[in-house]
Amino acid sequence: MTATLTPHPSPPATRRAEWGGFLRTLHAEWTKFRTVRGWVLAMAGALLSTIVVGLLGTAAPAPGGRGADSASYPRGPGGEAVNDSFYFVHKTLTGDGTLTVPLRSLTGMADTGTTGKTVQSTQPWAKAGIIVKESLTQGSPYAAVMATGGHGVRMQYDYTRDAAGPSGMPSEESPRWLRLVRAGDSLTGFASTDGSHWTEVGHTKLPGLARTVQAGLFATSPEAKQDTAAGTGFNPAVATGTFDRPVLSGGWSEGAWRGTQVGGDAGTSGSYSNALKGGFAQTDGGGFTVTGAGDIAPVVGGPVMGVGFSVENFLVGTFAGLIVVIAVGTVFITGEYRRGLLRTTMAATPLRGRVLGAKALVAGGGAFAIGLVAAAITLPIGERSARGRGFLVFPVTSATEVRVMVGTGLLWAAAAVLALGVGALLRRSGTAVALVIASIVLPFLLAASGVLPPSVSEWLLRVTPAAGFAIQQTLPQYAQVLSVYEPSTGYYPLPPWAGLAVLCGYAALAFGLAVVRLRGRDV
Amino acid sequence: MSLPSGVRPASTADGGWVGDFGRALRAEWTKLRTAGDMGRLLLLAVALTVAVGCGTAKAVKCPDVGCGQDVVRLALTGVTVGQAVIAVFAVLAVSGEYGTGMIRTTLAAVPNRTTVLTAKAAILTTVVLASGTAAVLASLLAGRYILPGNGFTEAHDYASLSLAEGPTLRAAVGSVLYLVLIALLGLGVATAVREAATAIGIVLGLLYLFPVVTRVVNDPEWQRHLQQISPMTAGLSIQATIHLDELPIGPWAGLGVLAVWAAAALLVGGLLLHRRDA
Repeated sequence: MTATLTPHPSPPATRRAEWGGFLRTLHAEWTKFRTVRGWVLAMAGALLSTIVVGLLGTAAPAPGGRGADSASYPRGPGGEAVNDSFYFVHKTLTGDGTLTVPLRSLTGMADTGTTGKTVQSTQPWAKAGIIVKESLTQGSPYAAVMATGGHGVRMQYDYTRDAAGPSGMPSEESPRWLRLVRAGDSLTGFASTDGSHWTEVGHTKLPGLARTVQAGLFATSPEAKQDTAAGTGFNPAVATGTFDRPVLSGGWSEGAWRGTQVGGDAGTSGSYSNALKGGFAQTDGGGFTVTGAGDIAPVVGGPVMGVGFSVENFLVGTFAGLIVVIAVGTVFITGEYRRGLLRTTMAATPLRGRVLGAKALVAGGGAFAIGLVAAAITLPIGERSARGRGFLVFPVTSATEVRVMVGTGLLWAAAAVLALGVGALLRRSGTAVALVIASIVLPFLLAASGVLPPSVSEWLLRVTPAAGFAIQQTLPQYAQVLSVYEPSTGYYPLPPWAGLAVLCGYAALAFGLAVVRLRGRDV
Repeated sequence: MSLPSGVRPASTADGGWVGDFGRALRAEWTKLRTAGDMGRLLLLAVALTVAVGCGTAKAVKCPDVGCGQDVVRLALTGVTVGQAVIAVFAVLAVSGEYGTGMIRTTLAAVPNRTTVLTAKAAILTTVVLASGTAAVLASLLAGRYILPGNGFTEAHDYASLSLAEGPTLRAAVGSVLYLVLIALLGLGVATAVREAATAIGIVLGLLYLFPVVTRVVNDPEWQRHLQQISPMTAGLSIQATIHLDELPIGPWAGLGVLAVWAAAALLVGGLLLHRRDA
């Protein structure tokens, strides 16, 4: 009766005892886990299958037999992959200067997909206007003020930045006056409908912009996106800007205007055809018509990405490993039911929550470690091998790469805990494994197959455990670049961590229900 | 016993295979019928198949001529989900016995492994034939009522779903056979590996991994080859009713690929069953 003599047992001691109890349970579970040879082999198999499936899945030879390491996306000032292809009519500008020009029209031609037929059609993000660019090298810093085919006047700079100006299209009756002012590293774009009343479209500083830059007029157009009931297609398209005589002030070179197709071709998001070519012509009054294809914008996923891999492609083996992890996670508890070991376990540690917690920690921790290692091995090998065969690999920052690797580990950990919870609830390994695999992999397959309309696919990837795969997405999305941002092209509706949180929610729910159910029954 | 005294010894004494097989069949049927969840699993398979089929049919719209949608395939989309339940059903028919130790009794009663496996396969085939037919017919019927409301009408070049159409009939019969083959694949794998979790993992991995990997393969030629050997993609080409020449593999040939997978699994399972005790 000593307990009654100490009315206030010291809480730290109790807590320490509890902690010690938990550690002992954890140790017991870890011993069970590591001494079953089948499970250890299975976890090794999960690691191996992730690597092998990932590398085999991306092992195809490059199209057209391109040479090793010949292909890579141009990189913008922020390190992001960019498209930098346009027709440029330029002069050298040294120091400060201003270019003012009326844009009479912006028109476009697009291929119809059937051989050689073209139609008049201006793409929503077709562009023509004034650009100041450090050099003719792709990816160099720039700022531009432009009219677009469907989004009014814009000021864009350094590939990812976009500011909206007055709306509407230029026409013969109502031309758009555009003006770009360079003062030091500061650039300001203006627009006007009459040449006398100006509104500022945007302003930016390009720190470190060289004193001598190339500046002038440009036109470019991404491919024409055609949505038919059967799907989305992209066809070659060009844009033509018709400019009146440009007015210059400041440190402009005296030489003649020169025309250059920046990038040599139209990049991955634009294309010329036999009937649609780039170029420029000087008109009688000293104006210009400039025709070009391509885009000055970040590269995004979908058809406009070109033939290349994104980082998550190398992790396709995650699915193979995940299936193994789910099976192991389930059997970690159902195996004890089958062999009657659970009675011993519960006799040793009567606290249901503690046993399940220790099991979850062991299964989840193991799955996390294996997933992390699998991703950390697969990514560098896959990337190097793909580059070596001449494939484009969508570049990501190291932070993103770390997020994808750690995320893969967490994805597996959550799946293992989910499997454990469902296994404890159902007590039947077969049904539990099937339920968890089907609930994670099937929604992904249905959503990615493209059979369902995009809105339904997106809902599937919001509310089912398959949402967790969002943690592996590295492809960016930009409002000023037209593509197919859908599950079928690798775009998840939820941000990476939110998607993982959905899966973790399911895991927590299954785990919580399992604790409640186990408390309510004998074993 | 009310049986004539001569019947019983006659069938066992001369080892009459047909008599043995008949009794093995009845034993398997009894086990399947009375083992807990089996009926519910089949109901779930049918319900899921029809529900997913209805959901897909409700979700996909045809605003104009030339949607390029295969309505039969749309209505039968549920098979991709229902097959998971059928696979579980088939795996549990074997692994359940290993889990409880029942398999020892089974093999003591019918020592001939081939007879046991054939009897199990026959019972599974019959049961899945029946439930698969129900699921497929119900899915098509639902599609017949739902799809015209989404624009799949005569005006947009779509006839009403009918089994009188040759391709539709082929897709329907083929989908039922597809489910049967999935069950046999599950049976073979489960007989080979015994443990339910492993067997389910292998079967679902075989089915779902191929399409996932195919998505990232860049080379069209490789992609086509992968689709040709994938049990699910090749097998489900039996559901195609339009653009048959664009399929990576023809409808019946595709179902044949799945049949080869199932036969291989059964062969491996059968051999292992022969070689080990229980």
